[in-house]
Amino acid sequence: MDSTLPPLTERSSILRWMRQNLFGSWLDTLLTLLGSLIVYWALKGFLTWALTVAEWEVVSANLRLLIIGQYPLAQAWRLWMGLGFLIFLSGNSLGIWARDSKFYAALLLAPALLAALPFGEEPRKWLIALTLTGLIGWGLGRARPEVLKRSVITGWVIALPIFILLTNGLSESEIGFMPVVKTNLWGGLLLTFLLTAVGILFSFPLGVLLALGRRSQLPVVRLASVAYIELVRGVPLITILFMAQLMLPLFLPDNLTLDRVLRAMVGVTLFSAAYLAENVRGGLQAISHGQYEAGYALGLSGAQTMAFIILPQALRLIIPILVGQFIAVFKDTALVAIVGLFDLVGIAKTVLAQPDFLGLQREVYVFVSLIYWVLSYGMSYLSQRLEESLGVGKR
Amino acid sequence: MSEADDTIISVRDMHKWYGNFHALKGINMEVKKKEVIVIFGPSGSGKSTFIRAINRLEEHQRGEIIVDGITLGHDVRDIEQVRMETGMVFQQFNLFPHLTVMQNIVLAPIQVRKWTKQKAEETAMQLLERVGIPEQAHKYPGQLSGGQQQRVAIARALAMQPKIMLFDEPTSALDPEMIKEVLDVMVELARSGMTMLVVTHEMGFARAVADRMFFFDQGEIVESGTPEKIFDDPNEERTKLFLSQILSH
Repeated sequence: MDSTLPPLTERSSILRWMRQNLFGSWLDTLLTLLGSLIVYWALKGFLTWALTVAEWEVVSANLRLLIIGQYPLAQAWRLWMGLGFLIFLSGNSLGIWARDSKFYAALLLAPALLAALPFGEEPRKWLIALTLTGLIGWGLGRARPEVLKRSVITGWVIALPIFILLTNGLSESEIGFMPVVKTNLWGGLLLTFLLTAVGILFSFPLGVLLALGRRSQLPVVRLASVAYIELVRGVPLITILFMAQLMLPLFLPDNLTLDRVLRAMVGVTLFSAAYLAENVRGGLQAISHGQYEAGYALGLSGAQTMAFIILPQALRLIIPILVGQFIAVFKDTALVAIVGLFDLVGIAKTVLAQPDFLGLQREVYVFVSLIYWVLSYGMSYLSQRLEESLGVGKR
Repeated sequence: MSEADDTIISVRDMHKWYGNFHALKGINMEVKKKEVIVIFGPSGSGKSTFIRAINRLEEHQRGEIIVDGITLGHDVRDIEQVRMETGMVFQQFNLFPHLTVMQNIVLAPIQVRKWTKQKAEETAMQLLERVGIPEQAHKYPGQLSGGQQQRVAIARALAMQPKIMLFDEPTSALDPEMIKEVLDVMVELARSGMTMLVVTHEMGFARAVADRMFFFDQGEIVESGTPEKIFDDPNEERTKLFLSQILSH
């Protein structure tokens, strides 16, 4: 006689789930009711405010300021082109490396969703064009992955320089092709993005070098690295930004003036590098000595062993920490508002100083926070996918 | 060919200290080309330290080590030259976990010997066939058994076409059923004429292929000789006692 029973089949329905998990006992029921009350009380206040009281005109009327600051409207096409290049590369990359993921392909529709916001006629056209650019890039990447791989990687390497070049402009004269836009006109999300991108891109190699310097056999290199790391980690970012803005000119010759935005970029980079160095050092320490010995025993030099064997493993281990650091850089750039730059937070303050919009801090800061959150969460999410695809923790 | 030309490793009065601990106390050893040397002894006797000094993973403080005509000192280029000519297999395999088997093998030939990728990969496939696992070429080390990993490690060392192979307890971290597959590869290598220094307690291997055996204890070479001499008629009490301990089970 066959006595094995068929496996229990869960008939899952919302009601059943609720009875099991929310109202399983009288204590569960009590906690559920209590929890619901708290959520209701918290959300009710916020939603009532957001839907009835809040005056969102402050955001819609100043949307352009918040996104690009005082950047001249006549030159805004250059930013759209830069953004288009980035989106094209993203589409390409997703088509090549995530060709089977419908979810990623759907991400490329995001610009079209943004077009639903009150941007006006001109930006709406651009956003639609961006969506098409992304989809075309995706299609090309899917169709010709092997051919495009190399050029896409090159594209990413030159992406930031190209974006900065487009933002900055080429011709000194006002009427020439792509006239220079002074950095004091860069602002809003544009400036936040540039500060973050430059900070991350340059602090990463610098941080790796500092981490290696700290483990160097050469006492001078080691001491210099330790001194730098500990000095920078010992002071708040805001003091470094102040020093870059106020003290640095005292040390430079009179005829040499560094641009204010550039100085902030240098400050953010130098600050972040010190923290990155310690993160990378942690990763390096996790690699067993046998890995070095295996490299040396094969005749690889110290530098080759580091580049091909140790660093790839160490960096893979610390991806979550690195991304945490990058997110921190992104949010820390808000401090440049205090030294007088008009990043997302800085421009929010000027919006609030307009006589028409006095007292609307809540609306503006909720909107600004939302932008920070969406982008931070995006970075965090992508890093988790990256870890999965690299098999971190599995091999 | 004269007697001196035949010598590939020459160690004279070599000493090593770890702090105050005198780990190696005046080691002398001459190894000729194509010789297979087995080194054995209790743990802490200095046998691993000795073999790791041959490719300068350990630094010696006194005496002289000459490998293939190069005297090991502080010159980094000399050290790298010796390491190019000396393959090493470790107890813990030490494969690179982030690289596939194939990438593990071709890394050093491409970076150090400057071979083309194609040449390196062809050589790698031949070596993988020689150690019996060509089908694993594109897996990661973590997906292989211990015995397979150690065979990849042997192939990786051989890919540099070394003149000497050093084995530091190559089977000690393996499950019993995997020891034979690694020893088979080593026996084949020994019979092909490779100069080998092997730290091991696999006495069957020693009896089958060793030309000479060295018994290390407390930082000294207590006794050396052919396997027949060591197994059947050892001079020293300590050698007898140690052999009886490891052969009793």
